[in-house]
Amino acid sequence: MAVIQATPELLSPTEIDRAFRDPYALSARTRGISWTVLLAVLVMFPLVFTNPAVTSVAVFTMFFLLATVAWNMFSGYSGYISIGHAVYYGFGQYAVALLILHLSITSGVSELALLPIAGVVAAAVAVPVGLLVLRVRRHTFIVLTIAVMFIFQLLAFNFPSITGGSAGMNVAPPTWSGNDFNLPFYYIALGTAIIALALSWGIRRSKFGLGLLAIRDDEDRAKGLGIRVTRTKLIALVISAFFVGIAGGLYAIFVGQVFPQFAFTPFYDLYLAVFSFVGGLGTLSGPVLGALVLGPLQQYFELQFGATTLYLIIYGVLFIVILLLLPRGVVPSIADRYHSLLAAHWRRAEERRSRSGPATPSAVTTGEARTESVPAVPTVREGA
Amino acid sequence: MLVLQGIVDGILAGGLYALMGSGLTLVFGVMEVINFAQGIIVVLGAYLTYVFSTHIGVDPLVTLLITIPIMFALGYGVYALLLRPIKRDRVIMSLLVMYAVAVVIEGCLDIIFGGTLVQVHAAYSTSSIHVAGLEFSDLYLLAFGLSAVLLAVLYVILYRTKFGRSLRATTQNPTAAKLVGIDVDRVSATTLGIGVGLGAAGGMLFGMTESFNASSSYDLISRLLVIVILGGFGSVWGAMVAAIIMLVVEDVVAVVWSPVWGQTVFYLVLAAVLMFRPQGLFGRLAVRAQ
Repeated sequence: MAVIQATPELLSPTEIDRAFRDPYALSARTRGISWTVLLAVLVMFPLVFTNPAVTSVAVFTMFFLLATVAWNMFSGYSGYISIGHAVYYGFGQYAVALLILHLSITSGVSELALLPIAGVVAAAVAVPVGLLVLRVRRHTFIVLTIAVMFIFQLLAFNFPSITGGSAGMNVAPPTWSGNDFNLPFYYIALGTAIIALALSWGIRRSKFGLGLLAIRDDEDRAKGLGIRVTRTKLIALVISAFFVGIAGGLYAIFVGQVFPQFAFTPFYDLYLAVFSFVGGLGTLSGPVLGALVLGPLQQYFELQFGATTLYLIIYGVLFIVILLLLPRGVVPSIADRYHSLLAAHWRRAEERRSRSGPATPSAVTTGEARTESVPAVPTVREGA
Repeated sequence: MLVLQGIVDGILAGGLYALMGSGLTLVFGVMEVINFAQGIIVVLGAYLTYVFSTHIGVDPLVTLLITIPIMFALGYGVYALLLRPIKRDRVIMSLLVMYAVAVVIEGCLDIIFGGTLVQVHAAYSTSSIHVAGLEFSDLYLLAFGLSAVLLAVLYVILYRTKFGRSLRATTQNPTAAKLVGIDVDRVSATTLGIGVGLGAAGGMLFGMTESFNASSSYDLISRLLVIVILGGFGSVWGAMVAAIIMLVVEDVVAVVWSPVWGQTVFYLVLAAVLMFRPQGLFGRLAVRAQ
């Protein structure tokens, strides 16, 4: 989505290339360093902060990170905003809970081995759901995803013989316990999130990803260009659902209980969507930043004010403020700021160069400098 | 006879849902805003009625004169302050903002009233009329009648006033409406006010027919969204027809099978309809520019 300024002059091939490149892209080295530092911080975090209260917030944040990256892989790239990913989250939870119950698994390690199955179940659910909801676009799609989520919540309530209904289900706890209880969850979620992120990066660079972005920009034209739109959208949804299902499975084992209203919850997608939007929808780093900044905040409010619904008010107000102040997302907004600063820097450099040009007579130069110093004043004021 | 009774109950209750759903679909039609807060707004209307009728002792019907203006102002204000500034990705941004508004209102209601279920009571709450072996609850007759009156008023506003013409023009093409001199922002704010006001009026009736608390809003919004999808997004008449179909299906299933399955069967009907008409019964397909 490169924005090209209309210029009367012809652009040279390099300039065209620069214009079409992602304007938010930092240099490859800066990006590599940032990702490495971030990864190192995330890996070291629970080893440095060992307080269980802190690490449990970190665990939930990792769950959110995983799910937000997965959500963005479908909704961010295709432009089909899903508010119904809680369906896959819920199926992941119930898959794990039911498997543990009926296979009478007790050992903790094999519980975690169920996670890929939770992902596969969620992905399998995404196929019929996707075939139904992907027939419509835009608003109807959004609302239909919400409706499907409520349908599954209702079904979870209405089949007490399978799901335990409103009484919920207990999930047998893992065999390990104590202060390091949180660590396996943290690292599994982090590892899965990294896999999801790598896949997200791969999709973004692949022909398949280009197809998704084309669908986001203009679906009919994409279809006209020979992209199999339904298949492309469905595959993206299934991949996305797989990872969200794993997040659900992790959550079920970690918390130890599954309830219809918390498995198929309308809040879940509000979080995923807002995290992605705040970070920058459809970008690689946006969902990561959004989840890492807002995830802990959400947990903090819930722990601090969870006894009453005060945290709902605080969170709602916070969302409104963020959405109105940073409508484009943090990453694009900061990138814009960075680019305008960079442009100003270039402009000044250009001015300096033209001023100190060797062919210009000195009297004219000083005159020019004097006149130019006048418009320079508002620039300074803007900066301050 | 049971089935017939189910159909009668469904039609009467459907009128009420048509009233609540019409606000949602009207707002969507004019400004493409999915008002996720409609559920909690109905509950807010119900609570306002509850406060005025139990603490001040006014008849619930009279409280409408107070609640509708309050709720209209709320809707107008929400548009002017929160929705108008949104410039990009309007559909999803406005949905998220309304979602957040719903969360804030829910939090406030929960703190003020707690989780206890309450119900608005009036003299005619329990009485009923018997005609030809069928029971017509006075309350539901009132709900149906009032919904019909309010929807008729809405019809007059939409099709017989200058504002209505501006509103319909905005629905058809906001840019063209702007070009012919319609103040689209004012029309949108007023429409959200009307939508929220209709929700509140529905809330007064909802509060009398069912006991509620702040979390009732989720059940409500899921039903309202489903009604609006089935009717076709943006079509007020579609919402009315869909509301009646939904409640009839639900009540008939409830009497012949089990109340638990009423809503589920309706959702299956919805899925079946969408297989053949993805745009809903009366909707237009969104073409181009996904």
